[in-house]
Amino acid sequence: MSVKNSISRREFLQWAVAAPVSVTFLPRLARALQEAIKKYPIIWLQTSTCSGCSVSVINTIHPSIKNVILEQVLPGHQLVLTYHGTLMAATGKLSTKAAHEAAQKYQGKYILVVEGAIPTKGDGHYGSIGEEDGKPISMLKWIDFLGRNAMVTLAVGTCAAYGGLPAASPNPSQSKGVSEVYEMLNISTAVINIPGCPSHPDWFIGTVAKILLYGMPTPDELDEFGRLNLFFSRTVHNRCVNRDYLDDGIMAEKFGDEGCLLELGCKGPFTRADCPIRLWNGSVNWCINAGAPCIGCTEKGFPDEHSPIFQRR
Amino acid sequence: MDVLKRAFLMNIHPYSKGDEKMETLQQTISIDPMTRIEGHLKIEATVENKKVIEAKSEGTLYRGFEQILIGREPLDAVQITQRFCGVCPTPHAIASAQALDDAFSITPPDNGRIIRNIMQGSNSIQSHVLHFYHLASLDYFHGPEIPPFIPRYEADYRVPKAVQESLTNHYIQAYQIRLKAHELCAIWSGKMPHMASIVPGGVTIRPRIDNITTSLWRLKELTDFIDNVYLPDVIMLAQIYRDYLQIGSGCGNYLAYGQFDLEANPDVTKRKRLLPMGRIEGGKLENVDPQKIREDIKYSRYEPPSQTHPSRSKTIPNPQKPQSYSWLKAPRYDGKVYEVGPLARMKVAYAIQSNTKINQLIDQTLKDLQVESDALCSVMGRHLARAIECKIVADEMSQMILQVKLDEPVCTPHKIPDSSEGMGLWGAARGALGHWIDIKNSKINSYQAVVPTTWNASPKDDKDQPGPIEQALIGCTVEDNDNPFTLARIVRSFDPCLACAVHLLEAGKSVRKFRIV
Repeated sequence: MSVKNSISRREFLQWAVAAPVSVTFLPRLARALQEAIKKYPIIWLQTSTCSGCSVSVINTIHPSIKNVILEQVLPGHQLVLTYHGTLMAATGKLSTKAAHEAAQKYQGKYILVVEGAIPTKGDGHYGSIGEEDGKPISMLKWIDFLGRNAMVTLAVGTCAAYGGLPAASPNPSQSKGVSEVYEMLNISTAVINIPGCPSHPDWFIGTVAKILLYGMPTPDELDEFGRLNLFFSRTVHNRCVNRDYLDDGIMAEKFGDEGCLLELGCKGPFTRADCPIRLWNGSVNWCINAGAPCIGCTEKGFPDEHSPIFQRR
Repeated sequence: MDVLKRAFLMNIHPYSKGDEKMETLQQTISIDPMTRIEGHLKIEATVENKKVIEAKSEGTLYRGFEQILIGREPLDAVQITQRFCGVCPTPHAIASAQALDDAFSITPPDNGRIIRNIMQGSNSIQSHVLHFYHLASLDYFHGPEIPPFIPRYEADYRVPKAVQESLTNHYIQAYQIRLKAHELCAIWSGKMPHMASIVPGGVTIRPRIDNITTSLWRLKELTDFIDNVYLPDVIMLAQIYRDYLQIGSGCGNYLAYGQFDLEANPDVTKRKRLLPMGRIEGGKLENVDPQKIREDIKYSRYEPPSQTHPSRSKTIPNPQKPQSYSWLKAPRYDGKVYEVGPLARMKVAYAIQSNTKINQLIDQTLKDLQVESDALCSVMGRHLARAIECKIVADEMSQMILQVKLDEPVCTPHKIPDSSEGMGLWGAARGALGHWIDIKNSKINSYQAVVPTTWNASPKDDKDQPGPIEQALIGCTVEDNDNPFTLARIVRSFDPCLACAVHLLEAGKSVRKFRIV
């Protein structure tokens, strides 16, 4: 939401550039800069999750996590992390109150990030956050409340997008991804899926930047699984570094062998993600480069549709 | 959303004139959710005359991984069990791979063993730095007046302004450092969190000289930070908050399975480790016999039998079970309560004197703080032990990296037997971690993990002995029920990791007392 958008972005940039020399105008400049910043409250809800996507997103390098949560992530745009169970100072009711107040104050204007699947078994009583009258408030209830009032929902990680591991057979907690739960609850808020186990920091930051600078993605910018084509349009296999091994018929037969990993169960041909060119953790490596087959973690149906993990599909 | 609105807008002191006796008797403080930990935890403390007389820790999420694993291919366990936890996937991958090594009767070659150690070392550094700065330190100083640093408890923040500024800077710097530790791990694991390259028999990555070089230089950045920032900051906080060298002492027994294999002995209880296996009972060093581990369920929401060994354990939930208040089982060693974690590992290593550097560092730290060794069994003691362990591990890692041999095997081939059992005992950053697998018809017949937080956050056992966190809370003074920061400080000192531990939840105990926070 915009605190006050009194000058245009172009003006803002001119002022920002002029800042070092316009010393006498500093107070006015500072005020104007403050007014020019668009602030976007973020409520980051962790449901049935291992927290791996939070841990992954804070691995962002450029911008750094400091740039993302404490500064303008893009000129004139600042994210305000009003709720995050792992990072926020507040604890207990003080913390959940912050989420609740932000949702009321910025109704229809905040970004809801969901990390984790949502347990729906037994009216959602397989996962709760906080309590009322000594009774737990289910994650399902939180999603109903926060999802309905959000500007947009970012489903970060395969669990939030499609159910992921908690939803693996026999799905003991009847966990579902956000879109499926929204359908169940008749919530019309737009959902963008940013899958991966975990999701890549660039995919998350890239999606946020897209929304901040260019608005919501159009339907043809998303694939049939609600992911941005930008990151998820081509298969791991088609851009794999081991394609020459395959072409030459050099196949790894056991762990540690040199060669294409298809016989060890690689799901690269069935997995759409840009890992082969993006790489992970400061671009030091990625699964296949470490001799390990792709396990298809960005796909709907992970892990069951890609199991057994180490057998050729 | 009436329920939510009521929860937040109603008067949260449902104290009425009819209950006047309550005011002087007991109050129940409930902290839910306990933030800045991994996972979903609720803490409830009964306070009488400002002292905690009873404490309960409860997880609030059920995922049912044990059920999900049944019937799957044994090899898949390494990938699936990592996803217990995004902060500590590495120890789960290693414990799981070691359980499979055991079940398949194979041992990794030197490279496989050493590269697993490197990954564990990187993950321990990442986890310890994250825990101190991003999870725990905000209990002791306040950051800038913007979210996520506000709102916060109004605690007794004692640090001078200059220190507060430097801690804020270190909080930010620590984000970059833990990211580097992840990079160091990913050089060998493919990516982090959730590593690709750990498999039964060893690892899949074939080492190259550039892996070794870049690892050493990333490690250098980590050791610089640990030596010049992390360890000094923890010692400084321990000096400022000296009373927390007495508060939260806990159960007094310590269990460590150890970490970092120095040889390939198939018998894990005899295997030489950098941080050795052992336990301290009543101040005395003892051996660990894994057969003496049992899980009690008197107060857990599970059906009998109770007191079963994890390899025979069943997980049959019963949310309505009378008397029960937790979805955690209560693991006990020979019927006794044990704390696990870096403090336990450091105490065991100190007693065994397996590494003179550990003893020197602990002695020096105690001397600098002018305290006796029992001061380690406290809130600040746990933070100190974690930081000391972090330094020991980081210092040893350059040797580990240099021991990797180019062009030598990384993995021993395996054959999946028709039926077999396996046990993996290892150390997560948060403490002793055990995985037990049972294979029938070449598939997973049962899989049980007893994780550090199951030990530390366990409920009372069959003999009514409270768990380690519960014992650490009992007796603690709470001055202001609206700001029970002491309780939060005690709980966080254990570095709870609920995603690993828990199964939960439940509905409505009706505690007819104060419900605050």
